[in-house]
Amino acid sequence: MSATGIGAPVRRKEDQRFITGKGQYTDDINRPGQTYAVFVRSPHAHANLKRIDTAAALRSPGCLAVYTGADIAADKVGGLICGWMIHSKDGSPMKAGAHPALAQGKVRYVGDHVAVVIGETLAQAKDAAELVTVGYEALPAVVDLASAQNPGQAQVHAEAPNNTVYQWHLGDKAAVDAAFSNARHVTRIDLVNNRLIPNAIEPRAAIGEYDSGQDSLTLHTTSQNPHVARLVLAAFIGLAPEHKLRVIAPDVGGGFGSKIFIYAEEVLCLWAARKVGRPVKWTGDRSEAFLADAHGRDHATTAELALDGDGRILALRAKTKANLGGYLSTFASSVPTYLYAPLLSGQYNIPAIYCEVDGVYTNTAPVDAYRGAGRPEATFVVERLVEVAARQTGQDPAEFRRKNFITSFPHATPVIMTYDAGDYGACLNKALELADHKGVAARKSESARKGLKRGIGFSAYIEACGIAPSQAVGSLGAGVGLWESAEVRVNPTGSVEVLTGSHSHGQGHETTFAQLVSERLGIPIDQITVVHGDTDKVQFGMGTYGSRSGAVGMSAIYYAIDKVIVKAKKVAGFVLEVPGDTVDFNQGIFSSKATNKTLTFPEVALQAYIAHKFTGAQLEPGLKEGAFFDPTNFTFPSGVHICEVEIDPDTGATRIDRWTAVDDFGTLINPMIVEGQVHGGVAQGVGQALLEGAVYDKNGQLVTASFMDYTMPRAGDLPSLKVDMVSTPCPSNPLGIKGCGEAGAIAAPAAVINAITDALGHEDIAMPATPLAVWRAAQKSPARMAAE
Amino acid sequence: MFFRKNQAAAAAQGAASPQSAGTTRVAMTVNGKAVSADVESRTLLVHYLREHLRLTGTHVGCDTSQCGACVVQLDGRAAKSCTVLAASCDGANVTTIEGLAQGGKLHPMQEAFREHHGLQCGFCTPGMIMAAVDIVNRKGNQLDEATIRHELEGNLCRCTGYHNIVAAVKAGAAAMSGMRQAAE
Repeated sequence: MSATGIGAPVRRKEDQRFITGKGQYTDDINRPGQTYAVFVRSPHAHANLKRIDTAAALRSPGCLAVYTGADIAADKVGGLICGWMIHSKDGSPMKAGAHPALAQGKVRYVGDHVAVVIGETLAQAKDAAELVTVGYEALPAVVDLASAQNPGQAQVHAEAPNNTVYQWHLGDKAAVDAAFSNARHVTRIDLVNNRLIPNAIEPRAAIGEYDSGQDSLTLHTTSQNPHVARLVLAAFIGLAPEHKLRVIAPDVGGGFGSKIFIYAEEVLCLWAARKVGRPVKWTGDRSEAFLADAHGRDHATTAELALDGDGRILALRAKTKANLGGYLSTFASSVPTYLYAPLLSGQYNIPAIYCEVDGVYTNTAPVDAYRGAGRPEATFVVERLVEVAARQTGQDPAEFRRKNFITSFPHATPVIMTYDAGDYGACLNKALELADHKGVAARKSESARKGLKRGIGFSAYIEACGIAPSQAVGSLGAGVGLWESAEVRVNPTGSVEVLTGSHSHGQGHETTFAQLVSERLGIPIDQITVVHGDTDKVQFGMGTYGSRSGAVGMSAIYYAIDKVIVKAKKVAGFVLEVPGDTVDFNQGIFSSKATNKTLTFPEVALQAYIAHKFTGAQLEPGLKEGAFFDPTNFTFPSGVHICEVEIDPDTGATRIDRWTAVDDFGTLINPMIVEGQVHGGVAQGVGQALLEGAVYDKNGQLVTASFMDYTMPRAGDLPSLKVDMVSTPCPSNPLGIKGCGEAGAIAAPAAVINAITDALGHEDIAMPATPLAVWRAAQKSPARMAAE
Repeated sequence: MFFRKNQAAAAAQGAASPQSAGTTRVAMTVNGKAVSADVESRTLLVHYLREHLRLTGTHVGCDTSQCGACVVQLDGRAAKSCTVLAASCDGANVTTIEGLAQGGKLHPMQEAFREHHGLQCGFCTPGMIMAAVDIVNRKGNQLDEATIRHELEGNLCRCTGYHNIVAAVKAGAAAMSGMRQAAE
């Protein structure tokens, strides 16, 4: 391993600009002649729009324009799309209503877009927006997920009777029913996977710009996938032909899924820029982020596990209602279906699985992918079920898991996936040792002496990452392929630009991708620049989400480097005057058994461009190669997280005393960055378990709409984390990478709740386990609950 | 601490002009340079820094003074610049993230954030670093984990889980002791 190659904890190249305040986030960019957009949003969860009076706003100082739904309809601006078709179990396609960028006659959640005001300054635009008068006819709001499908409820969209977008299923129902009828023990639990608000610290922002000379549009935006944004804005929204639209996602301050999607604000900044003939900038404030960024999770599930008399799992059955909000966001339909149910086998050998999912409209913000996207929901179901089943049958939770672990690979589960590699027992063993599991009993006694309750919780998670084989996801309804592209451009001096379709918004690609190039081309890391996030520079790409940038994005770079090396060897052959096929390339040096002369990589690069040693008939000049990589399988990161909590039953305060994570991400490019991803994921999972929860009142008002109402994890809420690794390389990509970005958020909630329920001695607690919820739960003794 | 000497004057001007279109002359020292401008009376310090001076390292992450992405030093103390009127900073000495490195050399706290991977997306980082320097100024160079976690209460990070930020602040604090000695 070289100091800057694969496996080295290289300090990040991007940090210099971030620690000195020189990052370039979208809101840091101003364009000449720029105007400012402010949105008028619905204060009602569900209402008919009767009239919109813009006259007073238009008269206010600095107001340039006010646009409403009628204006975008007149211009035939296309609606926002949901890019994954789900079919119900009866074979019918999902029932989706239109999703206009500005409301057409009706609003469907608090924060829905009613009008956009363009002003000379931000303050003037805000002042004018205050003067837009909207007549609403309030309608009953559908807020409660459990009753949203009941007959007689208000209809969010006429297209979806009983607010049901789809009734989907996966698995063999008959086999599962048979297994349950033969079971010796059945564990049944009801779970709510609480609704979360992503809250990347950088709010979303967009600047639309129209160049009348070129008749082209440019959008600066906070996007995780600028090429997909361009495709959707061009092909579906119809704002410009694809080649006349440039999308730039510069430095982006965290995404966690919420910046994958194509939102109304981006559409309207672009469209309005052409209308007003000047750049239009919008920067969301935090209140808007709470109201109108896509939320995450929000499932209600009943799940059952069937066991035989030896404590082996026979079958799993789950029925889930998934809240999709007031409109279908970009990937909303896929998250509670194909990103969820195929993970219900967990790390376990489960012969039969059946899952039903109802996708449900409500008058709440759209729900879409949030860090983990479906997989945290699946892991919460599986790991709560397994924990409760072990407790109910008197088995040690760790050993019950071990008994049911999958131990041979490849392993085909009954729900689509074929796990390719893993060593679940090794992760468990290492985690038990690092967590000092042997000392748990003594620590519990010590806590009890202080009047505190200590509990330990496991989460043995699996996820499907490296999203994804294009043909496979296409057969499941995806509207796109999920390969990745790369281009490796070698300059005549031997420095290298790597163009990638992945997008970095905190993941450190500028460093890790350069490490791969440094390792393979044998050049210093400071000779390598990674270029991403601009559709005019990078030809196409699918962006960053689903822990895909290492497994898919770096694999594309790997194969582009392969091609560079093949070409460079040919060049070296001409220079060394030996047959090209005798040239070896190792650690940056070209050599041949046929000569004692050698060439460095920069020397060969120069020769490739001056082209003095070969004719055009023999070889093309230059050194630049590209590759598209489409994986042959998902990747399957896995691991065991162990959470140990201490609860004060008098206050309900839960303190995480220790956290142990042992993850199998396959090959690590930069272990420092990988550990950082685990830290961040765990914090978001702990946030879900203990602190965070979006709450709508019965009228559909979001009552957790600020950082003063929605509890974000702060430094004092979290412990230092013990993070270690096991590595079984992934066989389906050339680097053996599995992906690490979502693991912590997937693993953590179940570990925390399993620990709290262990401490309490009963299972009756929901997320978020706030001090009030824990205090209430602590008042219930297990004995009294058993008697009830 | 946010109410400075000409706050009353600024308020009076605002009252005279309910449309808040009134402007106020402000002069202050930012990162060692004297600056002045006529700003709308309602202009917040963070917007003055970002839009008038184009010092965009100071970020806005919320609208309730909770996230701390906008922390700067105001007369030597950490302040959330989203909660201070520029007009109330007349005569003040402001240091932003852009002014922390001296003579092309990173401040030890900046260096510590890089060395300990105390940042990912970088958006909260300027506020974190400015807050961290203030913690050291108030609490000294030998900081334990519990103190650091408590003192970071006013700064949100969504990426790092704080694990490496805590490590960075601890190391940065210790390194600042060397800086102080060198200066003495």
